[in-house]
Amino acid sequence: MSVATAPRATTASRRARRAPRATQEGERPSARSRVLAGVVMVVVALYFLVPIYWLVVASTKSTADLFGTPGFWFADMQLVQNLVDLSTYDGGIFWRWMLNSLVYSGLGSVLMTLVSLALGYALAIYRFRGRAFVIALVLGSMLVPQTVLAQPIYQLLVEIGLNNTMLGVLLPTIAYPFGVLLAFTYAQASVPQEIVEAARLDGAGEVRTFFSIGLRMLSTGGVTILLFAFIASWNSFMLPLLVLSDTRLQPVTVGLSGWSQAAITVPGLQTLVVVGALLSVIPIIAVFLSLQRFWKSGLSAGAVKM
Amino acid sequence: MTTATATAVRRTPRRRPRAGGGQRRAPYLFLAPFLVLFAVFTMAPIVLAVYSSFFQTKRSGLGFGGEGEVVFAGLDNYVRALSNDGFVAGFGRVLGYGVVQVPVMLGLALVLALLFDTALVRWKPFFQLSVFMPYAVPSVVAALIWGFLYQPRVSPIVEGLRSVGWDVSFLSPDVVLWSLANVAVWSVTGVNMVILFSALQSVPREIYEAARIDGASELRTALSIKIPMIMPSLTLTFLFSIIGTMQLFNEPMTMRAVTSNISGDYTPNMAIFQATTLGGDVNLGSAMAVVLGLVIFVLSLVVQGVSRRRNGADR
Repeated sequence: MSVATAPRATTASRRARRAPRATQEGERPSARSRVLAGVVMVVVALYFLVPIYWLVVASTKSTADLFGTPGFWFADMQLVQNLVDLSTYDGGIFWRWMLNSLVYSGLGSVLMTLVSLALGYALAIYRFRGRAFVIALVLGSMLVPQTVLAQPIYQLLVEIGLNNTMLGVLLPTIAYPFGVLLAFTYAQASVPQEIVEAARLDGAGEVRTFFSIGLRMLSTGGVTILLFAFIASWNSFMLPLLVLSDTRLQPVTVGLSGWSQAAITVPGLQTLVVVGALLSVIPIIAVFLSLQRFWKSGLSAGAVKM
Repeated sequence: MTTATATAVRRTPRRRPRAGGGQRRAPYLFLAPFLVLFAVFTMAPIVLAVYSSFFQTKRSGLGFGGEGEVVFAGLDNYVRALSNDGFVAGFGRVLGYGVVQVPVMLGLALVLALLFDTALVRWKPFFQLSVFMPYAVPSVVAALIWGFLYQPRVSPIVEGLRSVGWDVSFLSPDVVLWSLANVAVWSVTGVNMVILFSALQSVPREIYEAARIDGASELRTALSIKIPMIMPSLTLTFLFSIIGTMQLFNEPMTMRAVTSNISGDYTPNMAIFQATTLGGDVNLGSAMAVVLGLVIFVLSLVVQGVSRRRNGADR
């Protein structure tokens, strides 16, 4: 960031020299517009961060304090007790939900990324019969609304007997057109045809070339797809809500939402919803923070073509 | 896989790498997983939904127990869907919601992306991350958090506003739709900002040089150069936002726990869910899903058509 800022600061001062009579507002990054931008940024950051801050504070409170003490400040520290309550309530079902989410999102997004990269790679490297059709199919199906599909998918799962199973939630998410599109644009830009040819001359088969060379060159794009796929399935709600009747198979979003409904009659559950919500976002935020470098560059590469 | 590898090795002549049989077959091998899953979990459900929307299950006797008889119903389910007041009102709600939420959210994302693209903002990584952070929060959890922040008994916001003499009720019937819109703005502004910012960053810097020499202000450069340059990304984010709006489900469904002002058929998707589960009428649910799918399809075509025509006129 600092690298990008430095040369432009120089241009700004050069411009100031060149056009000394410029009087209009916003003509150059004046101290005033800097301050104004700073104020806007602080207000915006407050809006986006305060709810998360509230969640952290609320997680440390007892149910009585949640309703009885100022929301933006800590009261008696009850975090450990809340975590114990959360872990023991209903036979520790919360951790089961977290595990389910991890399976649905983790396994689902890895498979989805592999499937997308394979297709994106094939579209970028090979010229084959039906290629134009597959591209049209992928682009066209991006306009098929995902949650509108939930009801039809549920019906299909009932027909083939996969409703109320983990597979029924996992399988429908793997073919994801948006992932393919990202993989395709990324593969076009980052896998040179020459390298694939060189691998062939060295006697590597097509599949082996993909796994040992293609995947490596696609890794940055792959991480981007993986993260967005992970978020998308961690976020998925309507399909599991329709498909799963057994609470022990539910992902954490469905479970927490159920608790939130039940809290109308069971007051103590409010606190568990709050702590559970906090725990459910920690893994994703951690993953995003640690992989920033990858998904940001992957997204920029994708955005060029988009 | 081993067979394919072996074939490729055996058949690929050294000098003519394009002629191999493995190379002819390989692309289809790479396509297969996606196409099979796509056929089973996207195409088949669509076909099944359309099919089932033309049938009805007639239950014999009092309607309790026993297998119903499935009969062809023609357009009956569609007539029932379109004369269902809740379902139709849901479209009105998401339309009004979208007309406000999409411009506000995209406008905010665009302003932030443009600001981040100037030298005006300090601590850029920190501020960018704060805007993006809520995207990592699942929409259900976002709705849970905001649900607390809207409830008078818990919310420090309601309390704070009351202490300065402003009595707001975020969950009242007239306001609750906009409270839902706020949750969505909070959740997705960040990701749209990142997409627009990436597009801005990929514009070659030399293009701004001419504007600079002509003495154009940052604002002028943004309006006359930057925004037109990222129009394709802007159109894409706009399109996805509209599609997302029409599918509104997670937030209102979750917020039903804190207010009785969100009905079970508050949005079209909720009406579909209700018809399928509580109503136990899969055929009606299918007809509703087909209607919603068509509406979204037509809307996306309109948006694409308008943007294509404008891009064409620019050239």
